[in-house]
Amino acid sequence: MTRLLAAFAFAALGALGAVQQSPADSVLEARTAEVAAQLRCPVCQGLSIQDSPSELSQQMRSVVKDQLRAGKSPDEVKAYFISKYGEWILLEPKPKGFNVLVYLMPVLLVVIGLGWIVVAVRKWTRPPDSPA
Amino acid sequence: MTRLLAHDAILVSMAVVLFGIVAVPVAMRTGRRGLLPYAFAAVYTNFFLVSVAAVAMVYALVTHDFSVSYVAQVGGRATPLLFTVISLWGALEGSILFWAWVLSMYAAAVVWINSRRPGNLVPYAAATLLFVSFFFAILLVGPADPFGVVSPVPPDGPGPNPLLQNHILMAIHPPLLYLGYVGMSVPFAFAVGAMLSGEVETDDWMRITRRWTLSAWALLSAAIIAGMWWSYEVLGWGGYWAWDPVENASFLPWLTATAFLHSAMVQERRGMLRLWNLNLVVGTFLLTILGTFLTRSGIVSSVHAFTTGTIGYYFLAFIAIVMLASLALVAGNSERLRSTGRFDSAASRETVFLLNNLFLTAFMFTVLTGTLFPLVAEAIKGVKVSVGEPFFNRMSLPIVVTLLFLMGVGPALPWKAASKAELKAKLVPPAAGAGLMLVIALVAGARNVYALLAFAFAGYAAFANLREYWIGMRARRIAHGEGWGTALVRLVGGNRHRYGGYTAHLGVILVAFGIAASSTFRTEYEATIKPGETISLSGHTLRLKAMWGREEPQRSVVGATLEVMNGSMVKGTMEPRMNFYPMSQSPVPTPAVRSRFLGDLYVNLQAFRPDGSNATIRVIYEPLVPWIWFGGGVVVFGALIAIFPTGRRTDA
Amino acid sequence: MNWKRATIAAACVVPLIILFGYGLTRDPKDIPSPLPGHEASPFALAVFAPGQPPLNRAPGDTVRLAELKGQVVVLNFWASWCLSCRDEHQILSETAKSYAGKPVHFLGVLYNDEPGNGTQWIEQMGGQSYPSVTDPGARTAINYGLYGVPETYFLDASGRIAYKATGPVNERLIRHVVDSLMAVAAK
Repeated sequence: MTRLLAAFAFAALGALGAVQQSPADSVLEARTAEVAAQLRCPVCQGLSIQDSPSELSQQMRSVVKDQLRAGKSPDEVKAYFISKYGEWILLEPKPKGFNVLVYLMPVLLVVIGLGWIVVAVRKWTRPPDSPA
Repeated sequence: MTRLLAHDAILVSMAVVLFGIVAVPVAMRTGRRGLLPYAFAAVYTNFFLVSVAAVAMVYALVTHDFSVSYVAQVGGRATPLLFTVISLWGALEGSILFWAWVLSMYAAAVVWINSRRPGNLVPYAAATLLFVSFFFAILLVGPADPFGVVSPVPPDGPGPNPLLQNHILMAIHPPLLYLGYVGMSVPFAFAVGAMLSGEVETDDWMRITRRWTLSAWALLSAAIIAGMWWSYEVLGWGGYWAWDPVENASFLPWLTATAFLHSAMVQERRGMLRLWNLNLVVGTFLLTILGTFLTRSGIVSSVHAFTTGTIGYYFLAFIAIVMLASLALVAGNSERLRSTGRFDSAASRETVFLLNNLFLTAFMFTVLTGTLFPLVAEAIKGVKVSVGEPFFNRMSLPIVVTLLFLMGVGPALPWKAASKAELKAKLVPPAAGAGLMLVIALVAGARNVYALLAFAFAGYAAFANLREYWIGMRARRIAHGEGWGTALVRLVGGNRHRYGGYTAHLGVILVAFGIAASSTFRTEYEATIKPGETISLSGHTLRLKAMWGREEPQRSVVGATLEVMNGSMVKGTMEPRMNFYPMSQSPVPTPAVRSRFLGDLYVNLQAFRPDGSNATIRVIYEPLVPWIWFGGGVVVFGALIAIFPTGRRTDA
Repeated sequence: MNWKRATIAAACVVPLIILFGYGLTRDPKDIPSPLPGHEASPFALAVFAPGQPPLNRAPGDTVRLAELKGQVVVLNFWASWCLSCRDEHQILSETAKSYAGKPVHFLGVLYNDEPGNGTQWIEQMGGQSYPSVTDPGARTAINYGLYGVPETYFLDASGRIAYKATGPVNERLIRHVVDSLMAVAAK
């Protein structure tokens, strides 16, 4: 039984660094979670490193925590990861330049659609005898 | 032997289908309507032949016939029988076979029910379904051939993907999904049939397919909820939706189908929005094919992605043909579909349906843009970007909140026109529901604006929909002196379409509450503890009793037994596990979930020491998550109410 | 049937189809690294697998990036549970041996694995000519933007990352990069 556990435990050992938390840590934990939720797990499919149980994600979370504890700002932490992995590591594209389109287009659709509905409903509720 | 039989069955079916596809337009153009029964016979024959192939595959799987390539790929002697059977849809080739089978079933059923209708609509619709079948048959003899020969025959196989063997929902989610997805081919086929046969100006195609569309929609809704539930119970991160491209792919056609269900009512009553509805139906089908394309082509990386290869090019060709042909058809027919009706007033249910369609379409467009944007960015800018959960949550929240509000306004407003007094009488009272939920949410600690709006509007919509029941039941009691129970049954029975809809709304609202609560009030905690120690979260305490391990035929399992404590009394046990499959590098976790009315206690075993001396446990408390699954059931129930008729068609 | 409108609609669809066709030629899992051209992150890691003479280092020794300046460095991240790493192991070991005496340094970095497993694996694979170090917490791996194994980084003599290879490397690739970096350094 012990050998069974020993034979298979290795992939799971990475997280053994997790320590019991003190109340003072919980603010740091919350800040870490916030930044981690914006970073993509490199070995998963679209999960954030906050959500992913994979080893690399937990290690990256640890890096985030250490950097925040050392006084870096969330933007600086994110910039660090971008310098290593590229923009791809952010789970949401920075709304700069070309990326603006992905934010803008749905909004435009709603605005144009609403406008169309207003015009159409006006047209369709006109009394049939009045001039066009 | 099995292999040969099945492979040949598909080949023959291709010929049969081709005959049917050709026979219909020939019959139409040359007036030889005597050909039509043969074309219909082709549909039945195709169903028979594809069934032969599908049954042969299941037989090969169950008898572990590793000379068949698909069985060699996903079969394994140690795999439990149930998971062997359902591995039919577990990998690419099998899933294509399954799709083809479901499609042939739908085609046969549609023809069986409608073949006696005079005119050209049904033949062309049948031909369209045969055309889609032909594509899948090509795949089955080409890049997705599950009946390849394996020689020498291996003694055993690797078994299905470990993730697909872990939970019973794997038997439920894919079939539901395929039934829903493929079901959307039926309204599409009739829409195309209507355009080809020139019958597009009548609403017949819509009338005939209304129940098909509603059924496919119900199945797709159930499939999405089942998929969410599976993801929640299996993947170990406590979430149920990650905006993964393939999750999005199942959601996109659901959105347009939902829009269609509503705007179809406007077409039936007012003869308006006909071009728009045609676009919605065609769009829904195209989105189902797009979804399949995304999963199987590898152009976006996804949890679901099947192995890729040349099949992407086949799908690309098919998508291109179908998109070009169907959108050209719609555009070419657009002149004949001018709106002939009018609205009586802007303050009416019709207007609300227009808004509903706008926001559902906007939602679809947002998710579609987000899913495809990484590809676009790479094509145009050459950079790789990610579009993940933060983006989708941010963009969809305003839309969802608006839709919740509309779900309260729509049922409250009457068709045609509402006077100012009526508006006030109908729209103001549900605000009590909004206020109540707002207070509850604030008291529970929610401060995020969207969360509060979501709770408030969900409360509004719940009140409004329930009130419609109450108003109807009260009227019956006064008019007929019925008891509440009888009034309810007779009310719903007399207006199945309407009250089925309200019930479905209530289901969606329950899902909304579940999602809103589990996102806003979720708490989690992770710690490494030794046997005998406890871990606590939000008033729940768990004590680690022991670590254990066991061997199963297809895997090794390591687990932790945790006792749920109430003071010093043991209320129950939870056993999160890690499953080690020989073929997989990393273990597959099985979280332990304790579901109660108010929420779930969700426990995952993150890591452990080989000697069992301690374990890292992650505990998450997810309020109201069971409401999501229950709400999904209510949605399907509502759809069922609407699907089955009473005989007399009454106001909807 | 209005053919003009039909044609316009069909034309509007074409860009989308081209986009999908383009997508089929791309691999979404292949993420280009922003690091080439930049200075490599420093590390100080402990040897656990000594390698063989003449390239060996004593177990427990610390290998620092700083001390490798002036040489071309081939940094290979691997793990015993990584199937593809088996394909390149022999090639790396032999090629490293062939560069003995030249200003080239091969170094293996173990990723998310136990040193015991790593040693066992090396033994099973017939030995490794150059040393391997451990990377606790995968800090160095993250510093190099690792997203899978095997990955191999080629550093030039001035300590900048010149090239990153994802997946197993072949001999031609190694020689091509190392030789050109050595030539640059000689100038």
